[in-house]
Amino acid sequence: MPVTVKTFTSTHDAAAALSSDRSARYLGGGTLVMRALNEGDISISTVVRASDYAMTRIDASGSRITLGAGVTFARILAERDLAVLHGPARSIGGPAVRNMGTVGGNLFAPVPYGDFTVAMLALDAMVSVQGGLGGREIPIDEFLQSRDRQTGVLVLAISFARPGSTEAFRYRKIARIKPKGGAVITLAAHLPVNGSRIVGARVALGSMAPTPIRARAAERALEGRALDTSTISAAAAAAVEGTSPGDNALASAWYRREIVGVHLRRLLSGQE
Amino acid sequence: MAKTALQFQHNGRDVAIFVDGGTNLLVALRELIGDMTPKFGCGQGGCGTCSVLIDGELHLSCLTLAETVAGRSVETLDGIKDGPNLHPLQRAFADNFAAQCGYCTPGMLMAAKALLDRNPQPSRAEVVEAISGNICRCTGYEPIINAVLAAASGGRARA
Repeated sequence: MPVTVKTFTSTHDAAAALSSDRSARYLGGGTLVMRALNEGDISISTVVRASDYAMTRIDASGSRITLGAGVTFARILAERDLAVLHGPARSIGGPAVRNMGTVGGNLFAPVPYGDFTVAMLALDAMVSVQGGLGGREIPIDEFLQSRDRQTGVLVLAISFARPGSTEAFRYRKIARIKPKGGAVITLAAHLPVNGSRIVGARVALGSMAPTPIRARAAERALEGRALDTSTISAAAAAAVEGTSPGDNALASAWYRREIVGVHLRRLLSGQE
Repeated sequence: MAKTALQFQHNGRDVAIFVDGGTNLLVALRELIGDMTPKFGCGQGGCGTCSVLIDGELHLSCLTLAETVAGRSVETLDGIKDGPNLHPLQRAFADNFAAQCGYCTPGMLMAAKALLDRNPQPSRAEVVEAISGNICRCTGYEPIINAVLAAASGGRARA
């Protein structure tokens, strides 16, 4: 069924068009919305686009990194200043999907996709959105909890503090097909260290709930402790707490629950 | 519903068509331009057989809104041969038995071309990565990887 395509030069006008029409979807790289249209999704009758340059801007010069919502994974891989994100970006799709898929779209990607958002969640990112009434910044975990209600807002950018050291941020995607494939599970951890103690531990999991989630029990097991064998064991044992994975063709919910602690242990102890 | 006028370069030639809203580039190329080289496989971005180059970058035409290529350059498998002369990649695919049913071949060739355009002497690992978004269900990947490496080492007559 033909849809109406509306292209705006300003994000403000694009946001107004999105918020005023329940059946409108924002088209970023196309990997989600075009797929839905190809599959005959009749809930979409209008496609909204914005050609504003700000949507594709990268600011990685300082301690806070800002990625425009329209930044593709291929562009992240081409930026030396974004080396911390190369692991998550490389784990997504093949070269064509990385040339198309965007940071903003990934926030809406359903299981078993959305790996980059898992990394953003571990980095405590802020999501900058433009609604019908104005702009605001939302913590990413809050954004993800209400994701189903966010289709009427326009995501402008995502920002986060650059990790203090390369060891502080860790990422691991478990897929059956390498190098490309949907995730069995995805894990990301940000473990800033003060002295020898972890302060502000963040552990994020993908494919362990309908949206990426924080593993708060594992974070509590890590907080204020040194990253030694007993801390890692405690965090691994707590990894499954609060998760609600589903079954799909890649893995069953049971399997995901069984392996999440195993892979968190490997991630924290630096094993391959 | 009103159609939208769309102009772009198709294999170096200016073309103008009218598209319905929401039409993807694959449908525009096949049904409106008549270029049958990009294939429909999954319509989900999973198989890669619809791959084309947009301004030199590998894209999936089934997930590309046709209107977004206005004023841009779209290159398909139909454009890589030189008259009756096959492109070195096509010759290498034939010589190395890299095509069986042939359905994945247009996408494989475009993914390989995207790689060799940027990196004329890739490693085996780089070839594997470059075709990682393309699925083949017949010959397996080894003859395809060998063909891309052969085309790279055999020199390339034209870009």
